[in-house]
Amino acid sequence: MIATRPLLEVKDLVVEYASESGPVRAVDRVSLELAPGQFLGIVGESGCGKSTLLFAIARLLSPPAEIVSGEVRFEGNDMVSLDDAELRHVRWRRYSVVMQSAMNALNPVMTVGAQLRDAIEAHEDMPVRKMRARSEEVMRLVGIDPIHLKSYPHQLSGGMRQRAMIAMALVFTPDLVIMDEPTSALDVVAQRSLMLQIKELQRKIGFAAIFVTHDMSLVSHFSDRLAVMYAGQVMEIGPTRTLFTNPKHPYSVGLLGSFPSIRGALQPLQGIPGAPPDLAHPPAGCRFHPRCPKVMPHCKTIEPPFFERDEVLIRCHLYADGA
Amino acid sequence: MALEREAPIVEPAAVGAQAEPIIRTVGLTRHFHVGGQFSRRTLHAVDDVNLTIGANEIVALVGESGSGKSTVARLLARVYKPTRGQILYRGRTVAAVRSRKARLDYAARVPMVFQDPYGSLSPVYRVSHGVMRALKLHRPELSAKARDQEAQRILSSVGLTPPREFLDKYPFELSGGQRQRIGFAHALACRPELILADEPVSMLDVSVRIGVLNLMAELRRKEGISFLYITHDIASARYVADRLVVMYAGQIAESGPTEDVLAHPKHPYTQLLLSAVPDPRAPVSLPAASEVAEPPRVIDPGEGCRFRFRCPYAIERCSVETPLLRQLRPAHEAACHVAK
Repeated sequence: MIATRPLLEVKDLVVEYASESGPVRAVDRVSLELAPGQFLGIVGESGCGKSTLLFAIARLLSPPAEIVSGEVRFEGNDMVSLDDAELRHVRWRRYSVVMQSAMNALNPVMTVGAQLRDAIEAHEDMPVRKMRARSEEVMRLVGIDPIHLKSYPHQLSGGMRQRAMIAMALVFTPDLVIMDEPTSALDVVAQRSLMLQIKELQRKIGFAAIFVTHDMSLVSHFSDRLAVMYAGQVMEIGPTRTLFTNPKHPYSVGLLGSFPSIRGALQPLQGIPGAPPDLAHPPAGCRFHPRCPKVMPHCKTIEPPFFERDEVLIRCHLYADGA
Repeated sequence: MALEREAPIVEPAAVGAQAEPIIRTVGLTRHFHVGGQFSRRTLHAVDDVNLTIGANEIVALVGESGSGKSTVARLLARVYKPTRGQILYRGRTVAAVRSRKARLDYAARVPMVFQDPYGSLSPVYRVSHGVMRALKLHRPELSAKARDQEAQRILSSVGLTPPREFLDKYPFELSGGQRQRIGFAHALACRPELILADEPVSMLDVSVRIGVLNLMAELRRKEGISFLYITHDIASARYVADRLVVMYAGQIAESGPTEDVLAHPKHPYTQLLLSAVPDPRAPVSLPAASEVAEPPRVIDPGEGCRFRFRCPYAIERCSVETPLLRQLRPAHEAACHVAK
């Protein structure tokens, strides 16, 4: 692996859902890069297209959603054009996915061990004994006693189920793990300990991660890079710390200002007035302009391109060159 | 029904000048039977909760899922009957209230706002339906014209303007934040003294949550309504609440003035909870070891502190004796043998 070459490259990806009233563009010209071992957080509100983006990268979209244009390059493969047989070689072995709700993603009538075996068998011919050894190894890796390979999902706590899902994603030591809000069903305490564990595993195994969440504060201490999505578009992308200490896009500023803090002086917060737009009829110009406190006349007609400021890309006219 | 009587139980926080608080619970307990017909196992959802909510006060009930915080709200709303203990409304036992009129009156004074604004509004009725219905039922003295005016006033006070337009809308035309405001409008139509808000913002988008929290603070300031704000998000509790009550495994672990609890958390569980809250403004600091996080045992828990399995300070006494709430600072108490 050469560190300079990105592991994953997404270029101008467009995903649309077919609907009776015409296509709904859920992901609009999104470009991302991920280096080996990097941790990318994607944050946004519900309906901003963050999950659709993940599914498109993992090639898990099913109709009516469809990749309309753009490129996804992963380890030299053009993911968009791979057929099912080719995809089988890459999927789960080179990259894997951890779904949002372990409760729904695990089969309630099969033991965890049987489900792990299923996942292994589907992608590789492995002797049974080796399979068992590998299963025990990954369970230990995520901090679950291998005795639970014989347990059914309902016998595990929420946090353990979510960790079992991560164990399943790690059976082939992939280079990329894609996570769709894996902690959203957990309590703060369990959430925190799972995040620490993911980070620890990442350091040990060295996989790159894409982590989608609606909770910006959650990734603040864990991700290297952060992308803020709004209405299907990336609004701001850059190093996490820069983005947190000095958010530039008015949407990022608003989002960050929506979290009350438990430390420091108590300040009145405003949130962001209004609600996210309907993607079937996105506003003209900048998609955030109806809710933007700093809206300018040309925001309503001209869609802003990306502008760069201290390694951060911002889709906002405020940062136009020379402004 | 038993006669009203003052139970000899130590009062929690002082209530202030108000003679009787709006709601006071005394040893409130609710158990559920679990397992098959012959199972003898009981789930202790709520055990011995003494909670006081005074006039013009926002109390936050904080805890993880399964801690019994929603059961407390449902007990107060009379969805469940308590297994033991009493709920006193203005000093009168709620369980003794039998007549339809009195029950209706209690429901109007202590209404509930639900967690899921998508599931709690009927999609086939306009917004006006729910508000008008509450007005007709709870305030029959109003004429049709007065009712309409009152409905408009209520909608404006929850921030839905112009009210005329919103009254004619269907739920599908509203965003999540607007729907939740309708939930508060329904509650307001009954002229409440205390609104039980069960996770009212957890289903909403981050950018609109603050708006709903601000609405609660405003209704308290302008209309003097008290709130029981139930949440798992301690930061939002801090944002609106005067008093913080932390629940763990069906019992109150700690309670006190919000800022005092945050600045001087006494119960080890509160300390754990506070250390787990992600704070984007705090500098990056990762603790070395990840703490084991197992859910509390509430099926036949037996004697002893329920947090002892996760507690770093547990001593022998913790496994034999259930700790009671002790006052450790002014108006601030914790149920822990070790805390000082």
